[in-house]
Amino acid sequence: MSHTTPPLTAKDFASNQEVKWCPGCGDYSILKQVQTVFPAFGVAKENIVFVSGIGCAARFTYYMDTYGMHTIHGRAATIAAGIKTINPNLSVWMVSGDGDALSIGGNHFIHLFRKNFDIKYLMFNNQIYGLTKGQYSPTSEQGKVAKSTPYGSVELPFNPPEVALGAKATFVARSLDRDPKHLQAMLTRANAHKGTAFVEIYQNCPVFNDGTFFAYSEKETKQEAALILEHGAPLLFGNDRSKGIRLDGTMPQIVDLNEGTYSQTDLWIHDESDKTKANLLARFPDFDLPLPRPFGVFYAELRPTYEDLLNEQANELIAKKGKPMLNKILAGEKTWTVL
Amino acid sequence: MSDLPVSASKPIIEKESIVIRFSGDSGDGMQLTGNQFADTAAFLGSDLSTFPEFPAEIRAPAGTPAGVSGFQLHFGSKQIYTPGDKYDVLVAMNAAAFKVDIAKLKTGGIIIANTGGFDKKNLQLAGYTDNVSPLDTHAVDNYSVYKIDISRHTKDCLEQSGLGTKEIERSKNMFVLGLLFWMFDEPMDYTIGFINEKFGKKPDIALANINTLKAGWNYGDNTEIFANRYKVSSAHLPPGNYRNITGNQATAIGLIAAAHQANLPLFLGSYPITPASDVLHELSKYKTSNVKTFQAEDEIASIGAAIGASYAGALAATTTSGPGMSLKAEAMGYAVMLELPLLIIDIQRGGPSTGLPTKTEQSDLLQAMYGRHGEAPLPVLAAATPSDCFETVYAAAKIAIEHTTPVICLTDGYIANGSEPWRYPQEEDLQPISVNFATQPNTDSGAFLPYKRDDRYVRPWAIPGTPGLTHRIGGLEKAHETGNVSYDANNHELMTQLRAKKINAIADAIPLASIETGKATGKLLVLGWGSTFGAIKTTVTELIAEGHEVSQLHLRHINPFPKNLHRLLTAFDKIIIPEMNCGQLVKLIRAEFLLPAISYTKVQGLPFTTAELKKFCLEQIKLF
Repeated sequence: MSHTTPPLTAKDFASNQEVKWCPGCGDYSILKQVQTVFPAFGVAKENIVFVSGIGCAARFTYYMDTYGMHTIHGRAATIAAGIKTINPNLSVWMVSGDGDALSIGGNHFIHLFRKNFDIKYLMFNNQIYGLTKGQYSPTSEQGKVAKSTPYGSVELPFNPPEVALGAKATFVARSLDRDPKHLQAMLTRANAHKGTAFVEIYQNCPVFNDGTFFAYSEKETKQEAALILEHGAPLLFGNDRSKGIRLDGTMPQIVDLNEGTYSQTDLWIHDESDKTKANLLARFPDFDLPLPRPFGVFYAELRPTYEDLLNEQANELIAKKGKPMLNKILAGEKTWTVL
Repeated sequence: MSDLPVSASKPIIEKESIVIRFSGDSGDGMQLTGNQFADTAAFLGSDLSTFPEFPAEIRAPAGTPAGVSGFQLHFGSKQIYTPGDKYDVLVAMNAAAFKVDIAKLKTGGIIIANTGGFDKKNLQLAGYTDNVSPLDTHAVDNYSVYKIDISRHTKDCLEQSGLGTKEIERSKNMFVLGLLFWMFDEPMDYTIGFINEKFGKKPDIALANINTLKAGWNYGDNTEIFANRYKVSSAHLPPGNYRNITGNQATAIGLIAAAHQANLPLFLGSYPITPASDVLHELSKYKTSNVKTFQAEDEIASIGAAIGASYAGALAATTTSGPGMSLKAEAMGYAVMLELPLLIIDIQRGGPSTGLPTKTEQSDLLQAMYGRHGEAPLPVLAAATPSDCFETVYAAAKIAIEHTTPVICLTDGYIANGSEPWRYPQEEDLQPISVNFATQPNTDSGAFLPYKRDDRYVRPWAIPGTPGLTHRIGGLEKAHETGNVSYDANNHELMTQLRAKKINAIADAIPLASIETGKATGKLLVLGWGSTFGAIKTTVTELIAEGHEVSQLHLRHINPFPKNLHRLLTAFDKIIIPEMNCGQLVKLIRAEFLLPAISYTKVQGLPFTTAELKKFCLEQIKLF
């Protein structure tokens, strides 16, 4: 980024607008973690742009004292792509909810990853439509009883990391609103990634879908239900980290380390660069096993960004052909003169 | 030219203007043939107008009427404004082409028929079920018919070339082109240069094409079947430097020129759609000129990316046609709310829905005016001719940037694909475009108010990266000046009025309208917009020459109207508005000025002919 100003604080990133989410909304925590980690990134406020779609999550933009665009439903990715293409020096952050990103914005969601702009994509997943007051969303579980599905949804949900990986995302992570430290770490990792960095953030909607993710955040259950991924470390979870996950071929298997059959060296060692395993991790909910839900960086890959490739191509052409004068362009190839 | 054949053996008849229709199967290369002839004629100083007409299918069933692809060319030593109602020469590469296009050949006109395309199979495919070639019937009694087995001559010519049957078959359009060059005394060197350039890496194919081209010329020169040749002298065009240009090329270059003069990068967000794709193709060649073309995943993404690019400080545009315009509607409304510069260029085609992708229409005007939810006014401009696309797009870009607003620019398939000679400008001839990026807070308190307006109601364009001006914009209603989200009742009404006033104030910045043809007062005014220009110009010119009191006024600016428009209109007893729709401008004129304008419409996917327009005008004149 162009220059660093005197050290900023979290407060410097708060806009003068009153935050208007419902009391107890998980968005408050996410906003706080973002404002907390941003000073450490050393990017001047004027070089940061937040781009959001429509929905509760999308109001995020108004609360950050940076440049920002609150856009139209599902289209934040398209607008962010235009911004980044014209000014690659900007730090561009997207905020979308699950409906915004995966339903109305589904087409843009996949193409953004394929093209790999250097954009940070925070997807707040509360598995419900909040702003329209409680319809099931594309991430709601099958059978979800909601306003528009009084007898339960018959649809299978999307699994966001699986979709992102399938769309060739170069960075896929998951965190949650109620684990500030972990969320801060994931935001920091996303910021450091050069390419489209997708962070799914489990976010509690206290009004329409309260407690959906509490199993992964509350003290009583999280040890058993959540799996914290660390690059190079074995997949361990459970009380006293006594359980592990090993791979039996391509099938994950839960093992009890206290039984003595397996030790830590037998376990699946997390490797962020292994896409096959990242896909397996993303698909944990699909297995007919009490697998814990993974949190952390599933996958990270360094691949040239769209804007860099575009500019390199232009620069190579300029080096080879030079820049034509406007008069040459106006005249074109074949001209004649009338006297 | 020394190695090229020179013909002096046959008499040459001078013609003021000629219309040729090249007609064949979609795979016969008629578009290329027509374009080569047009470029050559233009290069030699003729004025001209072209009209490519092709099916939506890339290769519709070969040999059938559905697969016929035509290219009409009107060139002359006088000023040419239309591709011509009827043709003097019909080149029919097969029976289907003959069947589709014979109706518009002038009585006494010339038919050059490829008999190789009139065999039993082709006759059946064309629907001549009795297997009798129409060339052997009374259907051609009123024409001069030249039956030539072009397929066989091409084969004979390329027997030793080593090319396969397919490549040989594909070269037969060069034989036709060579023959037509001979017939109209046009040189071959322009096309030879083109072939050498196009097939630079395949010299055998280049040579085959050149040999076939020359064979066509020699065929005309050496055989006895042609008694005469024809010559169209150079037109007396205004002095200057010229090039031949299509509307889509002119649109692309207009964007480049505007971005250059504004000293901004150019961003085009687009999704392939007929007949707009050529603008994307053209602009994607100019990556060395700070042009970024973005082929988006869909129509919505293409305008979204353009809006993002504009926010980041580019001259941003999106190009599309009818279905894409519909998809972009929400984003256009968003851009109205944001008040950012943006060009939305709609190359209209027949609608509704998928409609007639390759046919022309002017039926998106009311959509351009009103096709957004809420009160969402924006400027609308329309181009009149292929080269006028340059001027119109340039004017639209100037408005977009200087008034920080999205602008809709309308062209249509007829002028987008059609071409004409263009006296192209030099950089110094172009109007300046001034960009005023905000760099400082705009209040005494040091705060930056993104919706604080100047006396033209224009808000500042503050791009990310500018210190001290961080602000948020969005689609929710804005509070006056601060731009913060506001649901206040009176504020919404105020902002709605301010957005409308801002668009209306553009009338102070655009040129006044003027009478294009004829006197400033009189009995009848033909008021037009868009691609009807040529047909109206020709009609009105002819009517004036015949002693009628008729004038022409043609609008580039449709929203806002030029300030003097009402005054100009009321100087006439009667106003006719011809449109290729069911009457759209006429509604705007009636509503705005309470004038009883008369609508004359055509919705056939085809431009007006001069004859039909003239007939209608004469009927109206008789009623006085």
